[in-house]
Amino acid sequence: MTLAKRILEGDIRAASRLMRDIDDRVPSALGLLKELYPKTGRAYIIGITGPPGSGKSTIVDKMVDIFRKEEKSVGIVAVDPTSPFTGGAILGDRIRMQRHATDEGVFIRSLATRGCLGGLSRSTQDIVNVMDAMGKEIILVETVGVGQDEVEIVNTAHTSIVVLVPGLGDDIQAIKAGIIEIGDIFVINKCDREGADKMERDLRLVLEMARKREDGWEPPIFKTEAILGKGIFELVYGIYRHRQALEQNRTMERKLRERAKATFLEILETEVMTHLIEKLEKEGRWETIIDDLVNRRADPYSLVEEIMAEELTKGH
Amino acid sequence: MARKIRVLIAKPGLDGHDRGAKVIARALRDAGMEVIYTGIRQTPEQIANAAIQEGVDMVGLSSLSGAHMSLFPKVVQILKEKGAEDIIVFGGGIIPVDDIPELKKAGIREIFQPGASTEEIIKYIQENVKTT
Repeated sequence: MTLAKRILEGDIRAASRLMRDIDDRVPSALGLLKELYPKTGRAYIIGITGPPGSGKSTIVDKMVDIFRKEEKSVGIVAVDPTSPFTGGAILGDRIRMQRHATDEGVFIRSLATRGCLGGLSRSTQDIVNVMDAMGKEIILVETVGVGQDEVEIVNTAHTSIVVLVPGLGDDIQAIKAGIIEIGDIFVINKCDREGADKMERDLRLVLEMARKREDGWEPPIFKTEAILGKGIFELVYGIYRHRQALEQNRTMERKLRERAKATFLEILETEVMTHLIEKLEKEGRWETIIDDLVNRRADPYSLVEEIMAEELTKGH
Repeated sequence: MARKIRVLIAKPGLDGHDRGAKVIARALRDAGMEVIYTGIRQTPEQIANAAIQEGVDMVGLSSLSGAHMSLFPKVVQILKEKGAEDIIVFGGGIIPVDDIPELKKAGIREIFQPGASTEEIIKYIQENVKTT
């Protein structure tokens, strides 16, 4: 059986190996991704973002219980930061989810950002696609916990959940612009803590003041105590309501077009850059370019124009 | 481009002393590896499944409870059953010297005893994982 076929039939070992190749940017992974792409687009993808320690992994863990009771197969991608100093990473999100490790219907994969900003890793979308091709019905993507700028998730997820907790400094501070705009659903976790009600009021105010969404969806706020499983059922049904709304008012179609565009642009950018950098390296022009710039013999704008002109006239 | 080394550090069995495991995890990270840490009180099934799903090169097992003779070989065995015998398993913790030959016969490739330096462990991993 071919590797692609094995993955389509849900073979964990084959899928896991491909994910490794994707993450390590092994060229042969591309061939498989090409084969799998037509079979993707069936999974429902849920993004979870929020500051470190807000309970994202625990919320994911408890939501999986409900999805599994409904007999849905689940994929989880959990992203943690790579150390910029050593290139290493400790990926610990699994700790909270390990009780699902022996459930054949749950596939958990931890990823390191490997220098990518925005809360995900470069390979995240491709790895989500592999899970999708494996037949996972629900895919949960947990971003790095930063809290202000990890908005990349909107390009990957159908429903984006923002998790907040009371008592992490100034409450409004925790509710910055970017993160407000990406949330389809908000969760105030650890809601037994002091300040939860105030946080809810503040958040509601911020949401009311926010720009009205084109799709007419008004993001709900759920209060949870994830460690005890409180509020998780309501959260999951909030996700289902959002999904229904997406499908009813054709927002889904727009979202899918936006995502396709983002994916295409990202691959195009990477390919063009890699190609051009290789060319300059092969022609041994790096040092000359840098020398010319430092000594002001040339300006970077003209040099780029020159290189682009060379490329574009090639073969004509 | 060189492959990034991925290692799972796990604590099978019932003892809750994970200081050693955490020290190793940190040292491996500082050596540029990606370390998946699964926490304490893991069954061999949980560890083997995590290793496969995470696509790791190696699994490092730590045990201080004395149950290594049954738990370590079990992990190797399940990996083998699931067609993942290429994942190298090594161990550490409180393990009597006399137990080492039997563990090695059961497929645990290396045992680090108390007093082993983190450098030794890092070197062992780097020399035994193909990164190209």
